[in-house]
Amino acid sequence: MKQKDLILYVGLIILGLVAPFIFPGFKVQLTILCVLIVLAMTWNLQGGEMGYNSFGNILFYGLGMYLCASVQVGMFFPLAEWTESGGEKTFVHTTTQFFQGMGVGLLVAAIIPTIVAGLIGYAILGLRGHYFAICTLGLGIAAGEIAGGIEIIGAGQGFTTPPFPKDIVDPEARGEFFYYLSFIMLIATFVFVKWIYGSRFKLILNAIRDNEDKAEAMGIQTMKYKIVGWMVSAFFCGLAGGIMGGLIGYIDSTDVAFDGREMGVFMVLMAILGGKGTLWGPVIGATLFHFLKEGFWTLILGWQYVALGVLIVVIVIYFPEGLMGWLREKYPQRFGEVIDEKDRKAQVELK
Amino acid sequence: MDFLIFEAPILMVQATLDGILIGILFALIAYGMALQWGVMNIINIAQGDLVILGGYIAYSMYLAGIHPAWGVIVSPIIMFFVGWGLYKLVINKVVDRDLFISILATFGIAIVFQQLMNFIFGADVVVAQSGYGTTMFFDNIITLPHSTIFSAAISVLYAIVLVIYMKKSKLGRAIRATAQNARAAKILGVDTERVYAATFGINAALCGVAGALIAITFTLHPYVGLPYTVRSFMIVIVAGLGNLPAVAISGMGLGVFEEFADYILGTEFRIGSVFMLLVLILVFRRFKLSRKREYLK
Repeated sequence: MKQKDLILYVGLIILGLVAPFIFPGFKVQLTILCVLIVLAMTWNLQGGEMGYNSFGNILFYGLGMYLCASVQVGMFFPLAEWTESGGEKTFVHTTTQFFQGMGVGLLVAAIIPTIVAGLIGYAILGLRGHYFAICTLGLGIAAGEIAGGIEIIGAGQGFTTPPFPKDIVDPEARGEFFYYLSFIMLIATFVFVKWIYGSRFKLILNAIRDNEDKAEAMGIQTMKYKIVGWMVSAFFCGLAGGIMGGLIGYIDSTDVAFDGREMGVFMVLMAILGGKGTLWGPVIGATLFHFLKEGFWTLILGWQYVALGVLIVVIVIYFPEGLMGWLREKYPQRFGEVIDEKDRKAQVELK
Repeated sequence: MDFLIFEAPILMVQATLDGILIGILFALIAYGMALQWGVMNIINIAQGDLVILGGYIAYSMYLAGIHPAWGVIVSPIIMFFVGWGLYKLVINKVVDRDLFISILATFGIAIVFQQLMNFIFGADVVVAQSGYGTTMFFDNIITLPHSTIFSAAISVLYAIVLVIYMKKSKLGRAIRATAQNARAAKILGVDTERVYAATFGINAALCGVAGALIAITFTLHPYVGLPYTVRSFMIVIVAGLGNLPAVAISGMGLGVFEEFADYILGTEFRIGSVFMLLVLILVFRRFKLSRKREYLK
């Protein structure tokens, strides 16, 4: 079993490393796929494992995006002049400046959202169930609306992130840089989440999901663990946002950064599609969703959002357990479950 | 920082007046929200989009040359059947499930509605000209469009009609019985499935009225539905389910808050302030409740 796992992981890593050379035309898509998987996995950590269904992780994603770009610009040039139209034409990052800025920017983009999550966590995570869902929905949209009114980060007209340095002549370099950056992030996220899955922390999160009051009665300080769980999500969402900002090259408050209508819904949908509360579910869900989206979006031009809405309704109503849940029901032995035939019959009769 | 509203305090009268008149409209939408939440235990994110759809019905009447004010009669009738159909298609499958499922499913419906409205009516901001005049007070500083008075009056009228209907009619009694205890109502011969469909239809009809009034008094745009959902949600959690005077008062309070936020923070932060207020109210509620939280009821 261990041997099999090892082969699988090594195979996937090699596939990930050579993917941009096998599909040179799809580097941007592969990068976005990595980001989507990270978003789905971290959403799953608190939506699936902790039972706190958040629509507001987009807050950290957008925050990370703005922070990374602002730091990258602000380290070397005046930010206000940059965001006034045409700043990116007057000021040019040298190669070292670009990478230095990106590095520091990503660090800030990961840390500040984590701190923000910790600060607001105590207030927000006290809400239960649907109140939490609606509150985070409001939080994400409020952030977008407020960011759209702040002048220094471009307000409504958007913010151009520093272009990739022109000294690097290789036309493939930009795509490869962002792909490997996001791939490293994906591996880091996966390793971290896998570590969580083997730890006591995951059991505590499950206990909170199943019955928070009882978990508290058992002596678990639920609030502490809930906040830590949310901070983990925020860390990786911020990082993903920072990379996405650099990749897209342009940040708009409501359409790119705090994009609750797309990213914010996607991450929930992907996790549910793959199967909430499983390690591989979000990965499979995100991959499948990305293929579906990119494959069929162009065929149904103009009707994408209608299709998206219908997809949400269908998935939520008919497949609330997702792919992994469906597989688990079909092949329970594969998941290490032993079925008591008598018990199963009794259950069927009860239904 | 110089705030226009503090330099000319007379504008406060304007803001309060506007806020109250808009707030009555919000309260009407919130009443529909409270109805379906109380009876069916679902939270409908598509509420605001039903409102906008109702508005577009009035707007298309205006385009066809009929006075848009007739929309307050036509729009609820059409919207009732839209709501009924929506219930039969989607909502009946989420009624007795987890609340989060209903939130996500109605979120999907909201996206579909937004996009369809975008296709049919275009992405422009539109308004149905009612041709009602405007009254001015205090040297034309305070303006009071007659359309807002009209909308407030119609909202109050519909609310009263609905309350009487819920109290007196057979269906109203069935709805209230189902809200109290669906299982007992079913045992006593109430067709709960029909009651649910009717409840959702009535909610959609209320949204239709509100939408038609919004088409006359404000502007319509396919993507502005969500703020209306959030406003009605906010009003319901502040006022509680089924407490009509409180719904009316908190609706007006929200309207006044919004107008003042508009003047003080600027129009670009208006929607943002609504969503921030939602977060603040929920957090306040959480701290208030945590003081008297009971374990293992």
